[in-house]
Amino acid sequence: MATLAARLRRWRRSEGAQGLLLVSPTLLYALLLLAAPLATIVAFSFWSQDYLTIDRSFTLENYREAWTEPLFRELMLRSLAISGAVTMVTVILAFPIAYFVSFHVAPERKALWIFLITIPFWTSYLIRVFLWKVILGYNGVLNSGLLGLGIIDEPLTFILYNANAVVITLAHAWAPFAILPIFVALEKIDRSLLEASRDLGETTVTTFLRVTLPLAMPGVVAAVLIVFIPTIGDYVTPRLVGGPNGLMIANMIQVQFMKLNNAPLGATLALSAMLIVGAISILFLWLNRRFLKVRQ
Amino acid sequence: MSAPLIELETVEKDYGEVLALAGVSAEIAAGEFFSLLGPSGCGKTTLLRTIAGFEDPTGGRVRIDGRDMEGVPANSRPTNMVFQSYAIFPHLSVGQNVGFGLRRKGLTKTEMARQVGEALEMVGLGGYEARASHALSGGQRQRVALARALIMKPKVLLLDEPLSALDKKLREQMQVELRKLQRQVGITFILVTHDQEEALIMSDRIAVMFDGQIAQLDSPQALYRRPVSRRVAEFIGVMNFIEAEVTAETGDRLTVDVAGLGAVDLSAEQCPGGGGGRGAAVGIRPETMTLLIDGETRSGRITEGSVEEVVYYGDMTYYDIRLDGVPAPVTISMRNLPGRAVLERGARARVAWDASAMVLFR
Amino acid sequence: MKRSGWLGIYAVAYLVFLYAPVVLLPLFAFNDATIIAFPLSGFTTEWFAQLATIEALHDSVINSLYIAVSTAILATCFGVFAARASSRYDFPAKRGIMGFIMIPLVLPEIIIAVALLVVLLQLGIALSAWTVILGHVLLCTPFSIAILNSAFLAMDRSLEEAAYDLGETRWSAFRLITLPLVMPGIVSSLLISFTISLDEFIIAFFLTGNEPTLPVYLWSQLRFPQKIPVVMALGTILLAASLILLTTAEYFRRRGVARTGAKDTGGFL
Repeated sequence: MATLAARLRRWRRSEGAQGLLLVSPTLLYALLLLAAPLATIVAFSFWSQDYLTIDRSFTLENYREAWTEPLFRELMLRSLAISGAVTMVTVILAFPIAYFVSFHVAPERKALWIFLITIPFWTSYLIRVFLWKVILGYNGVLNSGLLGLGIIDEPLTFILYNANAVVITLAHAWAPFAILPIFVALEKIDRSLLEASRDLGETTVTTFLRVTLPLAMPGVVAAVLIVFIPTIGDYVTPRLVGGPNGLMIANMIQVQFMKLNNAPLGATLALSAMLIVGAISILFLWLNRRFLKVRQ
Repeated sequence: MSAPLIELETVEKDYGEVLALAGVSAEIAAGEFFSLLGPSGCGKTTLLRTIAGFEDPTGGRVRIDGRDMEGVPANSRPTNMVFQSYAIFPHLSVGQNVGFGLRRKGLTKTEMARQVGEALEMVGLGGYEARASHALSGGQRQRVALARALIMKPKVLLLDEPLSALDKKLREQMQVELRKLQRQVGITFILVTHDQEEALIMSDRIAVMFDGQIAQLDSPQALYRRPVSRRVAEFIGVMNFIEAEVTAETGDRLTVDVAGLGAVDLSAEQCPGGGGGRGAAVGIRPETMTLLIDGETRSGRITEGSVEEVVYYGDMTYYDIRLDGVPAPVTISMRNLPGRAVLERGARARVAWDASAMVLFR
Repeated sequence: MKRSGWLGIYAVAYLVFLYAPVVLLPLFAFNDATIIAFPLSGFTTEWFAQLATIEALHDSVINSLYIAVSTAILATCFGVFAARASSRYDFPAKRGIMGFIMIPLVLPEIIIAVALLVVLLQLGIALSAWTVILGHVLLCTPFSIAILNSAFLAMDRSLEEAAYDLGETRWSAFRLITLPLVMPGIVSSLLISFTISLDEFIIAFFLTGNEPTLPVYLWSQLRFPQKIPVVMALGTILLAASLILLTTAEYFRRRGVARTGAKDTGGFL
């Protein structure tokens, strides 16, 4: 017994025990307010609700409904398509700017550029999305501008209250989250590698393709995931600029929870969306590791 | 030697996967300049941190001034440390850094200022109190770290590779200064270093460590002249090894047949590592052999060979010479005295050597 | 700046895209018309004057500030614990534990919102400012950890050991050395958490009770076209406020860099 007590005392003084003790408040909070609630909605997805009473008998009815009902299916597919498009547009637009700041801006002015890029995103998200409505609208800034310049004869209508508007707005909203990880990855590239590549006979373009791009891939992968995963759950943008054909799954989840009092179905839709996004992300990571040999 | 100040008794440190210290025993006297020398990963820093109280040994005992240090934390041990990175508090001034440890001693402001001034004076930074610490140069940071530790009047000052961050010139200057400072304050210094030259220059005694154990503990001269193993010999300076065989052993005399050089007569002292095998090697330092140029003569034995490589250092020239009958080339160093020619590659050479300079490893 | 011609033009165009909505904000806030469209009709400060008279707005601002301040403090405390543990100690299942705590960084907010809502309703806890704080702390803690982690990692570990070696206790070494050195990180963490909480809509939308937060109030106003100019005025004020906050945060970060004598590697966050 004495040795056990001594061992326990030694363990309590050990690094592992001190670290665990230190992290425990935060961990406990996350367990109580993240793990437990997530577990609860998993449970909910197997229950059913009649007005305000929850029936706790096990059922797969919610999943059947979520996966076969045409409306849900369409919303899910549209959400995925929009998220995918937003991710592609955002990352493709972000890469050159990250590259520009990392490679063409003087070191002492890089911080300023990053500062400039992040500033617009500290205004209220709601107001920013609303302002896109103002820009893209029938009488909006873009249309009146183009009309005034005589480039178009009548206002463009395909840019508001549809999926396009959602993509444009979200691509704007997520820009810094794509730029920053790519910028960080580019900054880490040892500049002498590029000189070595040039020295070995590569051109600027082939150096970019054979050295810079592969080394920046971890940043691109991070950017893709950081944009893709949360975008699927966006609620505000589709509501404000999406119109009826631009609504996404989050809007339906909100309706199920707040309007129809069908928490189990809402939980099922939320979990289904997460599962699909998770699966796509893992597939994406796997493909990357397989074909690009990305080192994490 | 009076009663040892520090006693290490089979100190062990087991990190689970690695055994950092595998039973280290040593005694260090008061006022001694003691070095722990070894390649990285040999456990020297772990041993230093164990003495400081930053690591708990998993076995054995550390006694300082007769007192068992088990359970005594670093902040109440009579030791202070100069860190490899110097660990100068960047948000405090030089004076605040040096006076940091006096906070708990209940001194008056003026007394504290006086002690800080003195400590800075001692390391040659008098009047630097108000300087911002992050504006200091590497050498100055090192001095501040020294002053900060010495102001505590520790029984033992621990120095973890304190000179490794400095450039060569400054390092050599600091080696001499540090040694002088140690004599002046009379405190026991324990220095961790991987630089054998540094250890030789500064120390009263050196413990050479490999794989968590002390391979040899001796004065610099004994260590250089009488290394107990080939590994120690190779780590400290340059040594040529030539295959040999012990042919006869009478009393404290040994007859050894050295490949290519013939039979030599060695004393038992020349075999500090002991051992009883017949198969062996003799070691001989480059500077103990002499290259005879232009028909010079020398008492002792002479062997002929040819020059394979010449490396010119300015003050010295190093030759790789293939002695007739000796399997591997030997390195010989020669001082470039006025009038002494430097041989060319391919030249024939005569080499004078003396068996008394040899060390036997069996 | 070699060969940056086309890229430079692209960068400027991109900045125009980034700033397009933000620039409109003050334009319409001072525009003397209730319809948000060009051409502008005239200058007015009417909308700012109206802001002062809307009581529901004031209540929501106070509510939001209360939530944001509480969130910033709590999230930063949790962040200090976790960041210190992960930067300084090796403990069992470290990767798993830290990964789990950081999940809200990638989890869509609506998932956090509905999950918390369901649990709170099941437990019979009434929705209030505090239920919003619970959600916001969960969301902000990972950001705080990310900021503080780099602050702790940037600090030489032997500094604390040196203080300990010079006679301080573990706690006083932390207080005298570590805390002052990571203080810029703590200030940034507070500011970032505050800003995120102040702007967060979804979690607040689901978890707020009878007292809406500012974004929830704004959401209710966006439906009424005649209220839009006032919203623009409010947005302008918010923009100015966050600019001041950000500049302060950047100032503290730079001062932290200067103080430790490190090289400024640039980059906000």
